[in-house]
Amino acid sequence: MTSLLDSMLVMVLVLNLFALGSSRLRAVIQVVALQGALLGVMPLVVHQHISPAAAGVSLATVLLKAIVIPTMLMRALREAQIKREVEPLIGLLPSMILGAAATGFAMVFASGLPLADEHTAALLVPASLATVLVGFILLITRTKAISQVIGYLVLENGIFLFGMLLVEAMPLVVEMGVLLDLFVGVFVICIIVNHINRAFASLDTRRLAELKE
Amino acid sequence: MTNLGIHLGLLLVLPPLLLGVINKTKALFAGRQGPPLLQVYWDIAKLMHKGIVLSSTTSWVFVAAPVVGLVTVFLAGLLVPQGPFPAPLSFAGDVILFAYLLGLARFFTTAAALDTGSPFEGMGAAREVTFACLAEPALFLAFLVLVRLSGSLSLAGMLHAPLTISATVEAAPLVLVAIGLFVILLAECCRIPVDDPNTHLELTMIHEVMVLDHSGPLFGLILYAASLKLFVLGTLLLHVLFPFQAGPAALDWALYVLELLGLAVVVGIVESVMARLQMRHVPYLLTAAMLFCAFGFALLIR
Repeated sequence: MTSLLDSMLVMVLVLNLFALGSSRLRAVIQVVALQGALLGVMPLVVHQHISPAAAGVSLATVLLKAIVIPTMLMRALREAQIKREVEPLIGLLPSMILGAAATGFAMVFASGLPLADEHTAALLVPASLATVLVGFILLITRTKAISQVIGYLVLENGIFLFGMLLVEAMPLVVEMGVLLDLFVGVFVICIIVNHINRAFASLDTRRLAELKE
Repeated sequence: MTNLGIHLGLLLVLPPLLLGVINKTKALFAGRQGPPLLQVYWDIAKLMHKGIVLSSTTSWVFVAAPVVGLVTVFLAGLLVPQGPFPAPLSFAGDVILFAYLLGLARFFTTAAALDTGSPFEGMGAAREVTFACLAEPALFLAFLVLVRLSGSLSLAGMLHAPLTISATVEAAPLVLVAIGLFVILLAECCRIPVDDPNTHLELTMIHEVMVLDHSGPLFGLILYAASLKLFVLGTLLLHVLFPFQAGPAALDWALYVLELLGLAVVVGIVESVMARLQMRHVPYLLTAAMLFCAFGFALLIR
């Protein structure tokens, strides 16, 4: 079981690096969708016995993270007629190296944490920390509103991974609530993206510092 | 003994077929009928019957390079075991010999390109060496992971390790190494995201531009060596990707050949669905391969 989980986590980490290194917004959205799908299936792998509730959460996660949100983002991308390139503040290669360094840091840091015995061997904690850090890097280095949404999604994926540790204890309501929050957040941001676009003819968040009538 | 014979036979005969399969896959994706699967054999045979044109500025290096290129890649092919069978040549530390046999082939190809004195070929040589600087560390990091996994310093021991250690235990680093090796394969064999083997625009070429001045049998040797290199690196990758053993020897050989042809189809698909990267983006891809392999190693020593 753990080996399957570990390979899935490695895939998540690899997708992190892809999200940092790819220059097309569309590709980045697809990468995040794939990551969401992986995360959705993961509770089923972690659980020894699959309850209907867990299966429901898993299904809802896959539906939301892999299908609904990416579709919304793609729509926003199309409607706002954004240029397809990512245009990060620092180059793609430095951000990838930064992401790799963050992953390494997460590993070192996680090995120093006083974890419960059943969590020390698995990659879950380092992977979640690394994903959160990569989300931060995406948020900091990308200037377009829509790529910041993507950074936010990756960040949330990291937190979701961390929640996987508590998968036995976390009640269903909390998980559904988190998913709802995420959905509403992205929904609102997609509307805002449209408005920013109409007001400024650009999605560069740096320009939001300027006052405008 | 039979296994040795089959190993040599496959190594000598099969490689051009891989190029044929790649070309056929690309043609099918483009909705064309494409050249027949055996076209590359005919091409090589045709080139062997032609005369050689030698520029007066070239020296013996120009003639030696294709020969050295072919022989070194062939020797490297002897070090790599095919399927679950032992390699014809194997000793502790042959990993390094393997990497530098490929390095020697590259050195002679670039030396021959410089030997012609043509600025175009010099440019191609510079590009080839630049990208090799990034591909080689990635290859060594991949080997490092395998050495750490198997505890063996010979290529045969390393590559058979995924067979014995029940791949499920250490699947995570192997996944990373497989990704890294696939990128190395694409870069070393000049396939599409890095280099386009069909292009005739000098400004975008890497490998093709270095061999522009070679003709006749010399060019045939280069073509054959290129397919051999694809075969050798593909075999290397298959050990990490499909560490399976069927049982009876005949079945294992059949499985191995099928896997190899499948890999050629995958390469063809990658070439069909991807565009060539901009020249300045190629180092990103290779650095990513290096990062993946380094990351696999970090997972192992964690």
